[in-house]
Amino acid sequence: MPVNYYIFLSIALFCIGIVGVLTRRNAIIIFMCIELMFNAVNLLLVAFSKMHHKAAIDAGSVATNVGSDGQIFVFFIMVVAAAEVSVGLAIIVMMYRNVHSVDVNFLNRLKH
Amino acid sequence: MSITQILFWFLSVLALFSALMVVTSKNPVHSVLWLILTFFSISGHYILLNAQFLAVVNVIVYAGAIMVLFLFVIMLMNLNKSVEPQKNRWIKIAGGIAGGCLLLVLVAALRNSEIRQQVVQVKEGEIGLIRNLGRELFTTYVVPFEISSILFLSAMVGAVVIGKKD
Repeated sequence: MPVNYYIFLSIALFCIGIVGVLTRRNAIIIFMCIELMFNAVNLLLVAFSKMHHKAAIDAGSVATNVGSDGQIFVFFIMVVAAAEVSVGLAIIVMMYRNVHSVDVNFLNRLKH
Repeated sequence: MSITQILFWFLSVLALFSALMVVTSKNPVHSVLWLILTFFSISGHYILLNAQFLAVVNVIVYAGAIMVLFLFVIMLMNLNKSVEPQKNRWIKIAGGIAGGCLLLVLVAALRNSEIRQQVVQVKEGEIGLIRNLGRELFTTYVVPFEISSILFLSAMVGAVVIGKKD
């Protein structure tokens, strides 16, 4: 499978996530679109990892773990995303408790 | 067209369609369910790339834990009806155009790049197996692994402190 298919699929998923962040006002849906962008990047990292693995094998390398760094990075991105979601949802719950809405337009107090 | 290519296109179309439905559906609960479908199709891509460990972790962590957390919060706040007030239509159009421009620029920049001659190894290769990744994780990357445990501890404490009723 050529690598540019994976590149274009990831770009499309990432741009859908960006459009979601720009057009929605519900803070939870904005969060979900950020998760979508994380997943697009993860998919591309795994594809690149497999690409480098195949290139190393074709070049005659005997090391079996060439390219596994990309998958380790995906693992750490998942770790950070889980931590980020737990804190972010706590912040959203606190905000809902204060202003009884999750609309991000109520969060523009920093402007004034 | 081999079975691998058919699976690739099927999973890609499923991922893109459900991602679009995440953005466009009015009800937040439907958005969460479509996002779970997106995560499952991305896990299918991982299995196709023989990254079995990441496929399982993706299902457990994302579709299992994070999405249940989202669903919990949405149902706790009783947001499962479309209460989102209609935004200005021009802002929606502007957001769509901005995202489309980014898509256009990235595709145009990468369309004729050098890297497209490279081929991704599908349905074979050993590096995605749990044995190789575990060995790599506990030898080369053992310090980041331990630091991430501290990150989790601080995130847990932070979530409790923020969510506590004062």
